[in-house]
This record gives sequence, structure tokens and C-alpha cells, in this order.
Amino acid sequence: MSQWFPKLKPLGREVWERSVLLTQFLCCIHIIKEHVVEIHQVMGPSMLPTFSAVGDVLLVERLSTKFQRIKQGDVVMALSPENPRLIVCKRVLGLEGENLVVMPTHGSGRVQHIKVPKGHVWLQGDNLSNSTDSRHYGPVPYGLLRGKVFLRVWPPGGWTRF
Amino acid sequence: MAEPLWFLAKRSAAAAMICITFTDIVGNFATIQGNSMQPTLQQGHKDFISLLKGDVVFYEKISAPAYKYCRGDVVVLRSPTDPDQLMVKRLIAMQGDWVNVPGSHEIHQIPKGRCWVEGDNGNLSLDSRNFGPIPLGLVKGRVTIKVWPPHRIGRVERVLPEGQVMFTDMHSCVITRSCLECE
Repeated sequence: MSQWFPKLKPLGREVWERSVLLTQFLCCIHIIKEHVVEIHQVMGPSMLPTFSAVGDVLLVERLSTKFQRIKQGDVVMALSPENPRLIVCKRVLGLEGENLVVMPTHGSGRVQHIKVPKGHVWLQGDNLSNSTDSRHYGPVPYGLLRGKVFLRVWPPGGWTRF
Repeated sequence: MAEPLWFLAKRSAAAAMICITFTDIVGNFATIQGNSMQPTLQQGHKDFISLLKGDVVFYEKISAPAYKYCRGDVVVLRSPTDPDQLMVKRLIAMQGDWVNVPGSHEIHQIPKGRCWVEGDNGNLSLDSRNFGPIPLGLVKGRVTIKVWPPHRIGRVERVLPEGQVMFTDMHSCVITRSCLECE
């Protein structure tokens, strides 16, 4: 037992240094993912034909939403107002203060005239007939937006900037 | 000459990364500005000396990813009218609950994914009575303790005001009054 102790001290030091390095690495990854750029796979038909229904991989930058540089026409990732554990991908059709004309989903629906309230945006999927968006749950508070989609990286033939 | 500076820079960068990760994941401190949560929380004023008299609270973000909040918690949320501003309010009701709108005889059911927040000081508070139920995704953390000033250090308790909320009993679909339950 006593012969082990001199060997433990440098081993302990090495374990400590490796742990510190690992912690710093994980923190760095977290900061990049949370504040700079994130990778997302989108599923579902609501953004056809822009994104396929079976899992395009997108790069989402987190800076535009933090500095309020989202413009009309941007594709954004947001927390769903109906389920905060769900992240949805939609297009911004209207910013706060703008007046929008929203076409009916089905033939018999009415045309709606909406003024987007302060602090909110109007989100719609590109696939109007199969998308749950602001037409169902109303204008979305800006605080729910997570990031702006700027590049599609998978499928490989379809690298597209947005 | 440059060696100690480089060492200091490396250490500062590492410390900053750990602090930022901590404040993103575990929790952060906030100074109270505004009287909407009196008497639970008191504000400091804009000049520096009075700012020291205002309450400083710690809010935890560990419950945030799973949204494990309970009715009666004091929470920090992003304002629905101004995305740059954080507000501190009490969470009164969750989705499916029926809320008595103060000052009138109406009751409203909170829609799916949303919640109702109110300040403890009803007269001065801009909250769900003004802007309606808000999406739960705007809630960023739960206030747990007051850390400043020293004579007000203590836990921030979970309290539900009497007589305002009726809960839906999930099994029998009967509206009943029940004790505090977490989602």
C-alpha cells in the first residue's frame, strides 16, 4: 500500500489537468452552440418545397435574434407557443407594427387583416396547406425566436444559402 | 514581458467561458427594478447608491429545459412586448387552468403551451392581466433566493393567491380546487 502513494500524486495531478481541459472544451462547445451557430435537422412537411420533409440539416446562427436583426422573409427556428419543448422552423412574414393580409387556408375561409403587435412576429411555413403556424396560434413573441437559418449543409448536393 | 500577460489572458478566457456556461445552464443573478413584485421583492433606483438598496435575487435555470415550474413560483421571463427586457413575476396558472380575470366576472381558460403570470403588487404590475396568457417558452428561470440586501436574505417562497385559479382535474374532467401541484 505504501508503495502506491508516491505514484498516486502525479497521477492525480494529471487527472485534474485533463478534467480542467475537458471542462473548458465542453464550455467552449456550449458557448458556440448557444451564442454563435448551431446545427439543426428539420423534419416535417411545413416548409416544403424549401426544405424536404425527411431531414435536411441546417446551420442556424444565433446572433441575429439576439441583436434583433431579423428581417421579413428570414427563415427562423423558434420555440412553439403551443409546446415550449418543440422547436419549429418557419418563415417570418411580418415584423412588429406591420399590417398583413393573411390568405385563407381553405377555400371557404376568410381573408384576415392582421396588425402584428409590438414585440411579436408573424410566422408561416412555406407549405401553406400543411403548416401549423401563426395562422393557428397567433403572432409569436420575439423572445421565442432562437436563431436564423443561413445555410443548408445536407443533402450534400443542395448547399444553399438563405 | 509578454509571458505573464499571455498567461493572464488564457486564464481570463477560461474563467469567462466557465462563467458564461454557468449563467446559461445553472442560474444567474438579477437586480430588481420596478415595484410590481412588492412586498416580496423591492426595487433599487437608478442612481448607484440607491441601486445598492434594491433586492438582488438568484434565479436557477436548471428547471428551464424541462419547464418544470409550479403554480406559485416566482419566475424570470422575457417580456412579450419588449424582447430585450426581463420581467420577474409570479406564475399563477398553467395550460388548461381557468383563471378569474380580476376586476370582472369573466373566467378564461389558459390555452395549450401558455401560462398566466402576475406581479404581487397588483396596482403597479404590467402582466397577464394586460397582455394575456404568455407562451411558457418565454419563462427563463425560477427565482429561488434573495441574496442582497443582507437583512432581506432568504428564500423566495412559492405562494398561490387564494381564490383566483381553478384547476382541471385530469382524470375526471371536473374543475376543482386543489393544493399546489407541479406540472
